[in-house]
Amino acid sequence: MNWLGWLHDFFADPAHRSGPDSIVHRVLEHLAFSAEALGLAALVALPLGLLIGYSGRGLFLVTALAGVARALPTLGLVTLAVLLAGVGETAVLLPLTALAAPPMLVAAAEGVRGTDPDVRDAARGIGLTHPQTLLRVCVPAAAPTLLAGVRTASVQVIATATVAAYVGLGGLGRYVIDGLATRNYPTTVGGALLVVLLAVAVQLLFALFVRLASPPGARPVRAVRSARAAGSAGGGGASAGGSAPDDDPAGSPALVKESP
Amino acid sequence: MLDGEPLIRWRWLGDHLGYLGDLTADHAVIALVPVLLALLLAVPLGLACARFPRLYQPLAAVFNVVYALPSLAVFVVLIPYTGLATRETVMVPLTCYALAVLLPTAVDGLRAVPEPVRQAATAMGYGPWRRLAAVELPASVPYLIGGLRVAAVSSISLAAVGALVGRGGLGYLFVDGFQRTFPTPILAGIVLVALLALAADLLLLAARRVLAPWSRGVAR
Repeated sequence: MNWLGWLHDFFADPAHRSGPDSIVHRVLEHLAFSAEALGLAALVALPLGLLIGYSGRGLFLVTALAGVARALPTLGLVTLAVLLAGVGETAVLLPLTALAAPPMLVAAAEGVRGTDPDVRDAARGIGLTHPQTLLRVCVPAAAPTLLAGVRTASVQVIATATVAAYVGLGGLGRYVIDGLATRNYPTTVGGALLVVLLAVAVQLLFALFVRLASPPGARPVRAVRSARAAGSAGGGGASAGGSAPDDDPAGSPALVKESP
Repeated sequence: MLDGEPLIRWRWLGDHLGYLGDLTADHAVIALVPVLLALLLAVPLGLACARFPRLYQPLAAVFNVVYALPSLAVFVVLIPYTGLATRETVMVPLTCYALAVLLPTAVDGLRAVPEPVRQAATAMGYGPWRRLAAVELPASVPYLIGGLRVAAVSSISLAAVGALVGRGGLGYLFVDGFQRTFPTPILAGIVLVALLALAADLLLLAARRVLAPWSRGVAR
């Protein structure tokens, strides 16, 4: 019943200082695995999302897909994948990738869709081709929304990779699952705390990225508003689809989570 | 790996219909009672935030962090307080997650009443409480239901993970099927969780139709 004592036991344990069960090793495992799933998902979802957002076709499908994905229980998918394909990284990588892809897809599509149509027309008007308009105008304007989607996906994958330890994966989930199995609470609670810290650290990292990646016109909604009030047309401003992530308290409820 | 085990044993499903029904009902309670609790908390909190805007930013920041916490980790960390394998282990964090979704929508909803409407109500002699009950709360119903849809669906999905620490619910099918290398219960669990989420979503849409018929055209 003593929380702090448990944590002390966990961090003081020599087995957690070095070797295959060390904290550093488990954190790196966890990160490597999450990054792999996120990279795969980004490779598929981001280009597709950009195209869908730019062309405006298939938007309905994307929203419906995101809803269905939110309702799918990852623990079920992971256990099923392992039964079908055997314990191995690929078996667990696929459900994680499937988990990460929808929020990225939705964010990319909605971000590009939210680009000010006047700005898009202006880009076309000064002679940019469609691919140039997409890459040089829409993508920068969509950057905050896009990053918010990648952030949601990252946090979900990091959280779910914990569950994947249940089917034999390494990473921080090992502490949580093994500790639960042996009723070794110091290990469980220590592992859980590390996962929470990792998730929060990734959240903060992305908050920083969003700040750095926002194009000047998309950053403060207030500035765009006052520019409009002053009658200056555009001001290079593309509002981020009305959803500047900083002003959006619960992440975007549209993107939201299923984070085990 | 499966050796000669079919993906679905239909006979098992037929023999266990009652059992699956019980688990589904159990799952609905574990996942949806927290959403109701969160709604009961979100409305007064939302009112306080709408009245004192300074309160909102810090609260929103706290819940934003809460929302990012991995559920399995939170379930585990709470075990010392709620005990292992009790429903509370799962239901307390689920309430927090649902509250994190509902608070912003409650605040948005209460702020959405146009100022002229508020003034008109006051001019007609409505006191603050009557105005709240007759104007502001009804006006925020579409917003609240939008938030409830997200909260309910993710709560149903998260409750499945609770099977690793808690008791009951459809998540048990995943644990059971995995331990016995038996995919039928896992598939049944996935389908039932998805169906339960769909049912909750449709029910909330129907509720919006009844409670806020004017919002029918609003895509939310």
